Amino acid sequence: MALLEIKNLSVGFDTNAGLFMAVQGIDLSVDNREVLAIVGESGSGKSVAMLAVMGLLPKTATVTADSMTFDGHNMLTMTGKQRREIVGRDVAMIFQEPMASLNPCFTVGFQLEEVLRFHMKMDGPTRRKRAIELFKQVGIPAPEERLNSFPHQMSGGQCQRVMIAIAIACNPKLLIADEPTTALDVTIQKQILDLLVSLQVKHGMGLIMITHDMGVVAETADRVIVQYKGRKMEEADVLSLFESPKSPYTRALLSALPENATGDRLSTVADFMKNEAANAGVAP
Amino acid sequence: MSEVVLEGRNIVRDYHVGGGLFGKQKTVHAVKGVSFTLEKGKTLAIVGESGCGKSTLGRILTLIDPQTSGELLIDGKPINIAKDRVTAEMRRKVQIIFQNPYGSLNPRQKIGEVLGEPLLLNTNKTAAERRDLAMQMLVKVGLGPEHYNRYPHMFSGGQRQRIAIARALMLSPSLLVLDEPVSALDLSVQAQVLNLLADLQDEFNLTYVFISHDLSVVRYIADEVMVMYYGEVVEYGTREEVFANPQHSYTKTLFAATPKSDVESIRARLAKKKAA
Repeated sequence: MALLEIKNLSVGFDTNAGLFMAVQGIDLSVDNREVLAIVGESGSGKSVAMLAVMGLLPKTATVTADSMTFDGHNMLTMTGKQRREIVGRDVAMIFQEPMASLNPCFTVGFQLEEVLRFHMKMDGPTRRKRAIELFKQVGIPAPEERLNSFPHQMSGGQCQRVMIAIAIACNPKLLIADEPTTALDVTIQKQILDLLVSLQVKHGMGLIMITHDMGVVAETADRVIVQYKGRKMEEADVLSLFESPKSPYTRALLSALPENATGDRLSTVADFMKNEAANAGVAP
Repeated sequence: MSEVVLEGRNIVRDYHVGGGLFGKQKTVHAVKGVSFTLEKGKTLAIVGESGCGKSTLGRILTLIDPQTSGELLIDGKPINIAKDRVTAEMRRKVQIIFQNPYGSLNPRQKIGEVLGEPLLLNTNKTAAERRDLAMQMLVKVGLGPEHYNRYPHMFSGGQRQRIAIARALMLSPSLLVLDEPVSALDLSVQAQVLNLLADLQDEFNLTYVFISHDLSVVRYIADEVMVMYYGEVVEYGTREEVFANPQHSYTKTLFAATPKSDVESIRARLAKKKAA
């Protein structure tokens, strides 16, 4: 059985203009030792779907699904207390803005040890030892000293490493990375992606990469889901997606990559939409 | 040979930091002797990681920061804002577009005012003329006259970047400094904005200085490429030269770090993963 299995997930938001459906009937499954990438533009509902799994959506959201199971637990009927025990320990998430997701008032060491205290019930010295070990694992130099730093004293790449250390502190079974490298430089991006993939292989985790960057997908994923306006457009393994994309939307996304530019102009998804509309107009 | 719009001769910029009550003052050499020339209608891309001084150089070119030493020539005229007053005429020649379209527009200013402001400050045009010009510019960047009375929060990231481009073009500059104009945007929106920039360059014969860390974008848009590393230029040449035959080890690292999305590299990666 898959590690995370979601059937027919929909998420709607109550707005002044009525119900807005951010995710409409998404099926998704991830196995142990698998890297799944979810690709889409902003507003395609890729983050919202994962936030629904984590139970992090605001109260205005309504989440419905036929089933949503993680590692044998039914995530739909779970109480808040049960969910809090799993989230952070067995499922962990990394967010886009490393600077914004760390608390500026506490040292990074404190924030890392908090997870160990809450989920693993470790005592002080054991926590310290584990924290140093984790910092070494994610490649932060001089971990003993860095544990006492505040987030603003570290660079963006370093902060993202701290976030990763917090996420993998309890050896989660599933790691969800929501645009982990969008705010970072290419050279740092490469280091972070390599780190994530090596950790995934080493611990045999499932990894979900949420991204809008086809380059990141090509560098990390085993399987890819392409999402557009809350709907799944295509699901394929990474090689066949790049070799022979089935959905016209995927083709549009790939041709918008600057390195695939033919001639002077880049094709855009808007062009694709225009063609679609034209085709729909012709067809009865 | 066509006309040279921008020339830098050994530009240096130092920042002095620290030096509190007992602390010692430190000097950060942000830009260490950069020289280049740029012809009209061409695009120069400045590439490098964060902290390498590329944005500082951009600020010097836009006459926001003075250079510590070295010469900056715009349209053949030497200019140093530490010594001379910048005239409205000089301001008109160079404009800048910033990375973050969410931060570079005043949330309390309507789009019409955003576009009219450069004209109000630098020209003697009447309100009616300013309004007409702003309307025309909105259409040129792919928005409509109906957007004139709206506020920035009503627009998406790509649309805001179009507004920022429109504002920069209001004074018909000859040189446009683009500081990571598309790195905050989605892939397909990025493509739209890059297309727009290419169209505008053709239409107005603009010269671009394009600051970026994304090599795939640079390869698409640039004529000349300058790679910076810790304030120094480590590589400078035409796009073909730099991409075909990178000399410096940092440039090679940069190429290696850029994600490859061709089928061959994916196949190689999957094979490697299976073996591990």
